[in-house]
Amino acid sequence: MTELPDRSMDTHHPPYQSRADLGGQAGHGPVTPEAEGELFHEAWEPKALALTLAMGASGRWNIDESRSARETLPDYAQLSYYRIWVAALQRLMSERGLLQPDEIDAGRMLHPPGTVKRVLAAADVAAVLAKGSPTERPATSPARFTQGDTVRMHAGPVPHHTRLPGYVRGKRGTIERVLGAHVFADTHAQGLGEQPQWLYTVVFDGAELWGDESAPGLRVSVDAWEPYLQSGEPA
Amino acid sequence: MAHDHDHDHSELGEMDLRVRALQTVLTQKGYIDPAALDELIDTYQTRIGPRNGAQVVAKAWADPAYRDWLLRDATAAIASLGYTGRQGEHMVAVPNTPGQHNMVVCTLCSCYPWPVLGLPPTWYKSAPYRSRAVKDPHGVLADFGVTLPAGTQVRVWDSTAEVRYLVIPMRPAGTDGWTEEQLATLVTRDSMIGTGLPASP
Repeated sequence: MTELPDRSMDTHHPPYQSRADLGGQAGHGPVTPEAEGELFHEAWEPKALALTLAMGASGRWNIDESRSARETLPDYAQLSYYRIWVAALQRLMSERGLLQPDEIDAGRMLHPPGTVKRVLAAADVAAVLAKGSPTERPATSPARFTQGDTVRMHAGPVPHHTRLPGYVRGKRGTIERVLGAHVFADTHAQGLGEQPQWLYTVVFDGAELWGDESAPGLRVSVDAWEPYLQSGEPA
Repeated sequence: MAHDHDHDHSELGEMDLRVRALQTVLTQKGYIDPAALDELIDTYQTRIGPRNGAQVVAKAWADPAYRDWLLRDATAAIASLGYTGRQGEHMVAVPNTPGQHNMVVCTLCSCYPWPVLGLPPTWYKSAPYRSRAVKDPHGVLADFGVTLPAGTQVRVWDSTAEVRYLVIPMRPAGTDGWTEEQLATLVTRDSMIGTGLPASP
């Protein structure tokens, strides 16, 4: 799909496998609603959230690299969400030499610190959260598609982190909104830079995705970067 | 904050110990300011939550010019009320109508509009919702005790990039003359995700 090194045939790198692409999967049971104020279920969860956000501000990885670290955890399906966050946080730090596993077992620093680009100070929390990390960038080329165009989504496997869900691959949809040029998650997650691409809201009829199983009138959209899209024949 | 069980200091679980060790080691290494952790937790426990979104919806119900702005440029309209930033950098508001009910999901992880709704509930991040919302939204609504009128079709928005979606539910009948403050009390978190409806007056 993208012009990236394909490591899928390299025996030193097992094929990339996301365990987080759940759309349309059967067998996960009913949804359990929760009261509005019910934010945490274990005493350690607030601290896990805060550690993840504080280290996210360190500048040593971006949000797409952290999503990639989470979705490829071998035991992703067995973990609660905050356990996924903690496991991925340890992994991201370990891969960058910021933390060694024996330090967690010991409960104290055993190896010299690595380098972080910044330390989030308490006094800066409100301003950093309020600023966020916008992903829209100046476009360097005109958008290939416009509202109302029929497109066909990339089909088949993607050998790296992607935000193209399996359930829309190969499906035909319609461009509903042009969202501007945005940091391209696929390259950003691999440390290959922002490489901004046009982003679109693409809407699908339920029957295109699910056939006869679709609820009447169902429509589903995803936000898709231009490299995910090909021109599609009109309906 | 809910606890499933009581802990005492001699009986900390594996995760309690692991997270405690992380905090200690990261502090010793100089990567984090422990006071920032408390500030982050306090922010999402007391300052950034679904009451923010309820203000946005109530204003859209009460003020047609604001509603137009919100539907045209949600990021700016929401920022005008002071709600900006992390996980809400690019906002789109999607209005429910008698013919269309909107539902928001992130099938790939847990993308959610934090500045207006706060932290996502556990079910939003869990496999049942993420797997079924795009295929069987009526079944998901049934899990929440919601049945849509015949003739209302469902539109699902899968948040696969950095755009975040806020559902603008329909204003409940019987609220003529209500102030924004009164209207906001009817706006539930789930009604802004699309798994619920506003409360009745």
